[in-house]
Amino acid sequence: MSASTDTAARRFTLFPALSGAAVAGIAIAIFLMAFLVLPVAHVLYVAFLDARTGAFTLQNFQDFFNTTLFRESFVNSFYVSAMSVVVSTMIALPLAYITTRFNFAGTAAIQALGIIPLIMPPFVGAVAMSLLFGRNGSINLLLNQYFGIRIPFMEGLNGVILVQSIHYFPFILINLSASLRNIDRSMEEAAQNLGSHGMRMFRRIVFPLAMPGYLAGAALVFIKVFDDLGTPLLLNVNNMLAPQAYLRITGVGINDPMGYVISFILVAFSVFSLWASFLFMRGKDYATVQKGGGGLSRRDLKSREKWLAWGVILLILALVLSPHLGLLLLAFGTIWSFSPLPDGFTIQHFGTIFTQSSQYVWNTLVYAGSAALIDVVLGSAIAYIVIRTGLPGRKWLDYMATAALAVPGVVLGIGYLRMFHGIQLPFGLGQMSSFWGIIIIALAVRRLPYALRACMAALQQVSISLEEAAESLGASRSSTIRRIVVPLMTGGILAGFVTSFATAAVELSATIMLVGRSSDAPLAYGIYLYMQSPAGRGPGAALGILAVVIVALGTYLSQRIIERERARQTTPGDQH
Amino acid sequence: MTQTKAGIRIENLHLSFGETKVLEGIDMVIEPGEFFAFLGPSGSGKSTLLRAIAGFGPTPRGRILIGDRDVANLPPWKRNVGMVFQSYALWPHMSVRRNVAFGLEERRMPASKIAPKVEAALETVGLLHLADRMPGQLSGGQQQRVALARTIAIEPQVLLLDEPLSNLDAALRVQMRRELLALQRKLGLTTIFVTHDQEEANTTSDRMAVLDKGVIQQIGTPQQLYDHPANSFVAGFLGTANVLSGRMDGTHFMTKAGQRLSVSASSERATRIVLRPQNIRLSGSGEGVPGTVRHREFLGSQIRYLIETPDGQIIVDTLHATGQPPYSEGAAVVLSIDSQSAALLED
Repeated sequence: MSASTDTAARRFTLFPALSGAAVAGIAIAIFLMAFLVLPVAHVLYVAFLDARTGAFTLQNFQDFFNTTLFRESFVNSFYVSAMSVVVSTMIALPLAYITTRFNFAGTAAIQALGIIPLIMPPFVGAVAMSLLFGRNGSINLLLNQYFGIRIPFMEGLNGVILVQSIHYFPFILINLSASLRNIDRSMEEAAQNLGSHGMRMFRRIVFPLAMPGYLAGAALVFIKVFDDLGTPLLLNVNNMLAPQAYLRITGVGINDPMGYVISFILVAFSVFSLWASFLFMRGKDYATVQKGGGGLSRRDLKSREKWLAWGVILLILALVLSPHLGLLLLAFGTIWSFSPLPDGFTIQHFGTIFTQSSQYVWNTLVYAGSAALIDVVLGSAIAYIVIRTGLPGRKWLDYMATAALAVPGVVLGIGYLRMFHGIQLPFGLGQMSSFWGIIIIALAVRRLPYALRACMAALQQVSISLEEAAESLGASRSSTIRRIVVPLMTGGILAGFVTSFATAAVELSATIMLVGRSSDAPLAYGIYLYMQSPAGRGPGAALGILAVVIVALGTYLSQRIIERERARQTTPGDQH
Repeated sequence: MTQTKAGIRIENLHLSFGETKVLEGIDMVIEPGEFFAFLGPSGSGKSTLLRAIAGFGPTPRGRILIGDRDVANLPPWKRNVGMVFQSYALWPHMSVRRNVAFGLEERRMPASKIAPKVEAALETVGLLHLADRMPGQLSGGQQQRVALARTIAIEPQVLLLDEPLSNLDAALRVQMRRELLALQRKLGLTTIFVTHDQEEANTTSDRMAVLDKGVIQQIGTPQQLYDHPANSFVAGFLGTANVLSGRMDGTHFMTKAGQRLSVSASSERATRIVLRPQNIRLSGSGEGVPGTVRHREFLGSQIRYLIETPDGQIIVDTLHATGQPPYSEGAAVVLSIDSQSAALLED
């Protein structure tokens, strides 16, 4: 009885509202269905179809596991991801421990360590890393000359592990440090009070409490490495899952079932890792900091410990900066082969890219800019609908948009190729799957989760009473949004735009599948093309420098915006 | 459970956070088995003093003796002092049972001996049936009891309670403080209780120390401190007090406005008198100090008036009897002051 009156009442109130939020909500749902859910669902579905008859079958999976190359790729992907987690942990653990346990002057250096790797996409530094650490790279040439040894840093899978670990360890560092900082001092004091101390206390109390943060970071590293296409491709390691998917689809063809099977496995692993870490995390919100608490107690380092700490940090700093350094050498070097340093230095490569490859830069600005714009528009609309309206099913917009996190770029790319390859666009734009606009949409879908989080956070900062005040003074819903909500969200929206822009500018895994012709290619694709030949490495590295500058500027800007917003939010008189 | 009763003696204790002096010249003796309260406003140093006894915070100068042992330079884990934290500090990754067993495990006690002790401690606080829950599944009051059980399980010489009731709601607070007192009496543990709430300190403690700005203002039983405050801080902090300035004139205290109040206590150098609101009566006319009702608050059993007098505003509490009409605001009244038992202050 009550259910039927409920739906009647809802129908009654829903239709008048259809003009505003509901229309936007439905439009966004259609967009997400068309460009995220359906393409991915289609890929997963095709993995179970017989390529010739179209009948349902498990044969493709059987073929996959019966092929030595694919079995090997599967094991390699798993091994590389797991080892990257291990190596990242080895880098992150001492850093997190030093910053949270000790009064240490180098804390600023450690914080910088947490950001520097993230501003360079791993595939950009990959070639530079093989010139530094490879078999005939600078380090091994010197080691061989003085000690007669070579260390296989970059041999095969090792190279992928090294490059990925250097890039992704900040995820573990940030999460682990945050959860260590969230442990209240009283947790430790209670243990001491009951007779525990030192490493034993660390093992029984501190580390278990930090475990959820660590696992969140580790799961993220695992997924990112498992899904990454660019780094193995540039290091010429093809016997891993993501490169195999790419090579099968681009080499054998859009109908080859193996690409779909691999996509299924990639998505399944992503979803499984997210689900497993969610399951583990459930009921384990160990943030115990109390009002006036403030993290673990810190102590001063003894002078020998201080040297040790600096030693560890400088070593890691050198490692973290090596791709940047290598890229610089490559971009400004003339010929760099079988020698620790390039033969000479030049700015000619930059000249090359500005005369020959300015379309890459231009395309990148257009693609990443449009994608980021789409993201903040969709992000703030979704945030508003989810937080401020009572539309039925509004949570699903959030779930759908966030689900993009679990979709590897390769899979989205394959999905677009499959869904849109037969569709002819009007006005002579050609096939939809090779139209440059589709790259923008792929980038927008991939980066939407980040922009959405920023917009959500921004809207949550806006007290609802500010809107109610406007409405009680006679402003309509739409004019309240336009004059009150959006201006107050500006900082968050801007930060979301910049983050989306900077990360979309160096996206490779989805775009590499969708670039129809070289003149439509963005920066990341250009770097990939240049790095294919030794002669192209110089200009490729110069493009890479450009990419790093774009990301670094973006990161810096978004940090500045967020800080300024925070300062503005906490000014007296604006407290709520 | 048997505990060795130990007293606490603190001698000339000084403590600073960097340049800021937090405790200055603390001296006190707490008898074995005593329930002792540290009372003071926030920032008075009461929690810092408690933490110094447990061994937390910066190392103080001076001596802290528990029994005959100077613990001032021992690390926390060697003091055998049981502390219940304001936040309870239950470890969220361990069950109730494992939380309580922790201290015994750290003492390398064999598992066969730990289990009965854990059960006995949980039995004492009445939570044995929740032994296998996780702390997150317990209510605030239950968490508090687990924290207590965890502490008494190690059979400490001294029990330290840091604002133990502040995270509970009002009704539970009254119940818990009775239970705490009953438990303390049963175990006979020397107990220190830190609070900023005078009612909590009054109702539980045998004796208390009032702290302000890192200095002990007065030590004594709750009644001594209320009736004979040593200075205007103590007078004002314990209960409501009207403090009037003036000077002694033989057996009378002469207020600034010229009222002569007869006092039994005699102190030549007294400059202030403490008048409790319930020791002043109001009437419509007659002998006494004239005044005007400025403000009236109905408190249920009492009515509190703010009266404008020649000596400034004075608070007067009158018992409320049903049907009796109160004085309205602006009414002229006469105050008759029972000043015989009033405390005199020299500060």
